[in-house]
Amino acid sequence: MKQEQPIKPCFHCGLPVAKQLDIHVNINGKSEAMCCYGCQAVAQSIVNSGMEDFYKFRTEPSLRPEEIVPEFLHQLKAYDNPQVQKHFVSDGSEQVREVSLILEGIVCAACIWLNEQHLNALPGVISANINYSNNRARVRWDNNRITLSEILESITRIGYLAHPYNPDRQQALIEKEKKQQLRRIGIAGVLGMQIMILAVAMYTGEWWGMEEGFKQMFRWVSLAVTTPLLLFASTPFFSAALRDLKNKRVGMDVPVALGIGIAFTASLMHTIQGSGEVYFDSVAMFTFFLLSARYFESGARKRTAEATEALLSLQPAIATKLIVDDNGVYDQQNQTCISVAELGIGDYVLVRPGEHIPADGRIVEGTSGINESLITGESLPVTKTIGDETVGGSTNTENPLVIKIDKIGDDTVLASIHRLLDEAQNRKPAIAKIADRIASKFVSIILLLASGVAIYWYQVDPEHWVAITVATLVVTCPCALSLATPAALTAASGQLAKLGLLPNSATALETLSKASDFVFDKTGTLTQGNIHMVKAVLLDDSPIEHHLQIAAALEASSEHPVAKSLIQAANETTNSGEQIKVSQLDNKAGSGVNGIIDGTHWHLGNINYINQLCEQGVPVSLLEKNQINEMTLVALATDKKIFAIFAFDDELRAEAPALIQQLKQQNKIITLMTGDHEANALRIAKIVGIENVYADMKPADKLAQVQKMQQSGAIVAMTGDGINDAPVLAGADVSIAMGSGTQLAAAHADLILLSNHVEHLYTGYQISRQTLKIIKQNLTWAFGYNLLAVPAAATGHVDPWMAAIGMSASSLFVVLNALRLTKTTK
Amino acid sequence: MESLYLLVPLALLIAAGIVWVFLWAVKSDQFDDLEGPAHRIIMDDDDKVKEKTDNESSDNK
Repeated sequence: MKQEQPIKPCFHCGLPVAKQLDIHVNINGKSEAMCCYGCQAVAQSIVNSGMEDFYKFRTEPSLRPEEIVPEFLHQLKAYDNPQVQKHFVSDGSEQVREVSLILEGIVCAACIWLNEQHLNALPGVISANINYSNNRARVRWDNNRITLSEILESITRIGYLAHPYNPDRQQALIEKEKKQQLRRIGIAGVLGMQIMILAVAMYTGEWWGMEEGFKQMFRWVSLAVTTPLLLFASTPFFSAALRDLKNKRVGMDVPVALGIGIAFTASLMHTIQGSGEVYFDSVAMFTFFLLSARYFESGARKRTAEATEALLSLQPAIATKLIVDDNGVYDQQNQTCISVAELGIGDYVLVRPGEHIPADGRIVEGTSGINESLITGESLPVTKTIGDETVGGSTNTENPLVIKIDKIGDDTVLASIHRLLDEAQNRKPAIAKIADRIASKFVSIILLLASGVAIYWYQVDPEHWVAITVATLVVTCPCALSLATPAALTAASGQLAKLGLLPNSATALETLSKASDFVFDKTGTLTQGNIHMVKAVLLDDSPIEHHLQIAAALEASSEHPVAKSLIQAANETTNSGEQIKVSQLDNKAGSGVNGIIDGTHWHLGNINYINQLCEQGVPVSLLEKNQINEMTLVALATDKKIFAIFAFDDELRAEAPALIQQLKQQNKIITLMTGDHEANALRIAKIVGIENVYADMKPADKLAQVQKMQQSGAIVAMTGDGINDAPVLAGADVSIAMGSGTQLAAAHADLILLSNHVEHLYTGYQISRQTLKIIKQNLTWAFGYNLLAVPAAATGHVDPWMAAIGMSASSLFVVLNALRLTKTTK
Repeated sequence: MESLYLLVPLALLIAAGIVWVFLWAVKSDQFDDLEGPAHRIIMDDDDKVKEKTDNESSDNK
């Protein structure tokens, strides 16, 4: 008897190592087990370049590297094209170039170190710097000694993925804005401290007595310090208040600007007169606190913007155009690389397996499976041949195709989805934001009250009217009120980010907490979105490894998802690296392949294909017995006999049923909407426990259905991943996009789930509920405080300095209360 | 108490110095990556790789 060995995790990626597998890499003097050849290659190249220390420093297991296929390397070559480089490479001089890269697969600080060392050690790379907080790298290289594609490829070799990106203008603008905010806060802080020192001296002087000479000197010094603070740090309040007034609105900035303005003017006058109170400290403190609050708020937004941008970086938009001779005939050998924007109607393009189809058109040569998941959400490719229409943006999976372009730009299917998306977004029902609504009313009341106070006290006590008015404005401080919501949202965003759930807008959380209906897409949301081999039914006695190896050898050159998962299954169960030779390999697109191995003619393909070619038909009863008749099936057979049937299915995310269960316990109505066929939809719905199922839905149908639900009073939270989901995501009250999904879906969603753990959606929902609770507490506090403080201030019982302390304490309470959110459930 | 006439301007001078340093720090991207240096300092004491890059750059000369 064989002894049962505990399953060991892969030293590189931490996934379990299959028992039969015996691949090892010598790391730091120990032989460590690897789960696949991909991990082995990566670990070996890390060791070979003398950076084994990576494994000592890292705190998380690495991600399992993607297999490097020749097509991928071919696509990388496209980055060397000057046409493509134009978009994201800055030429320092002729040969020295610089590019910004987004790195994928970074899990801990050691990854950064590894990438930096690795890049810097490449001959020809002049410098490489990686920003830890956003996983962006800046690389300068000498184009004479190394090309961009070589740099990208070398990053792939150590198990990471790099995409060049164009730090677009908006990003640069946010960056600049952030620096300016930081400068303002810093200056307000440093100068504010000086002013506070002087103010404390003056307050104590008031109490204990102080020479008039010193008092006056302190006033002038305070004025000298406050003036630059006001001119530089406080400007955002004044410009925002002006903008508000121009638009005939009353925002939060109006009383702030008024408070600061009056306090400063009055203090200036008193300083010149040489008598009376000065309120420079209030000006400084007010500015500093408000600026800090806003800075943290915008920090959360920036993080989301960066994550979205990372998703937006896709393949270079280039196409292989075939040059047409004078007779209008193209030649496959005579190609040129152009950017998609330059493509015209009537052009012939060559689309290799693995490449995107650049625009809508018709196939003129070749037959291949085309993955149209972006339109249908369906992960299995559709077989198309000469004369069939192809949709721009879909992926060619099997054979090279020549396509004649007949629609470009705004006329394409993709563009029409974009339009649908824009319309949906414009019609999105806006749930009024409590805080904003209350705050703008509150501000109007304060302004009325303050002017009333000013007019009254000007008549009753002309000496003190400024002090009392300023105290009223400062003590009411919309500060606590304006902080109430952002502080809670910022704390919640931070907490959500740890779960990999990034809010795109501040209102997203508020709406999520109120959602009554949760709608899910199937493929890629409740399921993994790519198919796996789930079962193998063997019809003879030889071991499964043997069949898998033959099947994998036959499929070795295919890009079809079924083929890929077959090869993966073969790699996981077998350990021999030896190559099986296939001769006379013949690929029948969309049905199967056949070839000769060791003199035997093998067929591998779908049931119809095998039934045609093999004497023994596929026994239907066997399929039913194994409960695989509804799945995607591939059979392996010779001319006479069937050997094995492999069943493939889009695997359900393991956490999905639990998520649905938890949501149901909260009395939410759960709906499944998918572009897939009814049978598939019902099967998945049954497993996860969803009763409301809509199948065969086009993007517009999904949107219409959600709008119908909204009309009957539902607040809909939609979760999806594909371009086909983008319009309905935009139309839902609150939308959650899967980070692994398409860029378009993510760019328009309210929340992005980066981690791909759908169960975090429920945690997110809980956090959103808690956030709303805290926001309400904060608002209640802010109002309660105002209810006490305003009458006191209006009747002249509060000095401006007391008001400043009161408002600071009030703000502090609100912030501390919000911080409780960071301690809630993991 | 007359010392104040010296000390207050002195304090202002120091404050001006701090502001200048702060502005320089913002300008030279010191606040861009607040996490990285903390990790980098621990890992960079790996001499092997350093030597390698040193050799590399001296090769260029």
